[in-house]
Amino acid sequence: MQFFLEVLIGGLLSGVMYALVALGFVLIYKASGVFNFAQGAMVYLAALSVVGCMEKGAPLWLAIILAFVIMTLFGIATEKFVLRKLVNQPPIALFMATIGLAFFIEGLAPMVFGSDPRALDLGIVDEPIPAILDAWGIVISKFDLVAAGVAALLVTTLALFFQYTRIGRALRAVADDHQAALSIGIPLQHIWAIVWGIAGFVALVAGLMWGARNGVQFALTFTALKALPVLIIGGFTSVPGAIVGGLLIGASEKLAEIYLPPVMQSLFGGNFGGIEGWFPYVLALFFLLVRPEGLFGEKHIDRV
Amino acid sequence: MTVATAPTEAAPAVESYLTVNNIEVIYDHVILVLKGVSLNVPKGKIVALLGANGAGKTTTLKAISNLLRAERGDVTKGSVEFKGRRVDQLSPNELVKRGVIQVMEGRHCFAHLTLEENLLTGAYTRSISRGELKQSLEKVYHYFPRLKTRRGSQAGYTSGGEQQMCVIGRALMARPEMILLDEPSMGLAPQIVEEIFEIVKGLNGQENVSFLLAEQNTMMALRYADFGYILENGRVVMEGGAEGLRTNEDVKEFYLGISSSGRKSFKDIKHYRRRKRWLS
Repeated sequence: MQFFLEVLIGGLLSGVMYALVALGFVLIYKASGVFNFAQGAMVYLAALSVVGCMEKGAPLWLAIILAFVIMTLFGIATEKFVLRKLVNQPPIALFMATIGLAFFIEGLAPMVFGSDPRALDLGIVDEPIPAILDAWGIVISKFDLVAAGVAALLVTTLALFFQYTRIGRALRAVADDHQAALSIGIPLQHIWAIVWGIAGFVALVAGLMWGARNGVQFALTFTALKALPVLIIGGFTSVPGAIVGGLLIGASEKLAEIYLPPVMQSLFGGNFGGIEGWFPYVLALFFLLVRPEGLFGEKHIDRV
Repeated sequence: MTVATAPTEAAPAVESYLTVNNIEVIYDHVILVLKGVSLNVPKGKIVALLGANGAGKTTTLKAISNLLRAERGDVTKGSVEFKGRRVDQLSPNELVKRGVIQVMEGRHCFAHLTLEENLLTGAYTRSISRGELKQSLEKVYHYFPRLKTRRGSQAGYTSGGEQQMCVIGRALMARPEMILLDEPSMGLAPQIVEEIFEIVKGLNGQENVSFLLAEQNTMMALRYADFGYILENGRVVMEGGAEGLRTNEDVKEFYLGISSSGRKSFKDIKHYRRRKRWLS
């Protein structure tokens, strides 16, 4: 039982990390209907800017601020030079543009900041918390807990922002109906620039967490692929969905990794390792079949 | 140039407020939709833009509000002036700030926002304090008491009439001087249509908002409007005071289905109409 709990909690906490990446997708998809394939690359860019600035001698806090500035500028530039030119084009064109953007970042960022993998030290140790270990005998990493706290804070802030501010309302309005938003004088371009800025910020948070955990390296761009099943399960348009989806994926893949192989082995024989790698995608496929809009995705409101 | 075939009354040549000068609109670089439309909305009046499906009513409104460009439409000739200044190159955002706002046909509410949130987004272009926002909201609720009772419901789940009220109320939140109202009666029960037109009339009288109203419901529109223009095939074929248009024999026959010479078969009417169109 203790072991089960440990696996479950470890899974949930790693799910938070997925959720952080998924959040960036949701924000952009919600506001502009664009599936931003470059979100993973943005995570990489953010983490790389932080270590890059630190290597040039900036302290951590300054490096984070600089990275934030870089990400915001990047977001605004993307809107201005890529998306604005593609208004009124079919979604697939926009999607292709974001793929191009991803490759652009993946090429440019290492040229500026160097491509060798580096460690990012946030000053939070990735060690079990002794108090919990002593009391319940469960290993919970301090780093994971901090990451969960940061994610919770981020989501709460975003939710409040969307719900109660003028810009937040405008963002939701644009997400609902571009034309109508335009007709009442909401400047779509500003709104999109803001969304990309926010997505850049979310990428920065994700980049800090992932970079500190796995090192800042090219593989960070693949976090985007892990966010896909999260999005399918949580729903492409829901911020809470991204969180719940992340938790579900994290927990289920860890549990599957531990408990599925013996079952599979007894059924089919052979060796079943690395279930963790593909289990989330199977789960996502299943969701696509039974609930394509995801757990929290917005249903199309149809009046009969 | 447009030819007014039957000016039943002198054209509204009051001081220019909103003036559309001979505009031509082409969609997708090839489809010519408006072939030179001119019209005039005097301050504080309701002007009806009438005509059948595809006559160009919506396109005219969108040409004025500059929403055309988002649909690959382009005003290729002519100009639009508001209060003596050209506005055809402004973005919708700037135009709303100047006081011209369009209420699109088909009740484009933000379906996932509550009615109150819908209204609040309408004030986006105004940088105002919380107090003023509250005041504007109360004013809209004063005209549309139904919205107040349902303020917390998601707009997508409200009735058609409530949605129509919501979009008009939302436009009011921007504190416009001129509302381009597109087909407010579409798909609504006659009673609700009446209610909405009454409110429009009230807004016109008490808030001094001018309206350019595109409608297919000719009878209803001419009852509430001061002037009317009739579009056919992207051209103005008739214009004049609402009273005059309402009693005009041609209008009666084409759009209201009433004729002084007794009942006519549909075939004859169609023929007559086609001939008439050639004349313009």
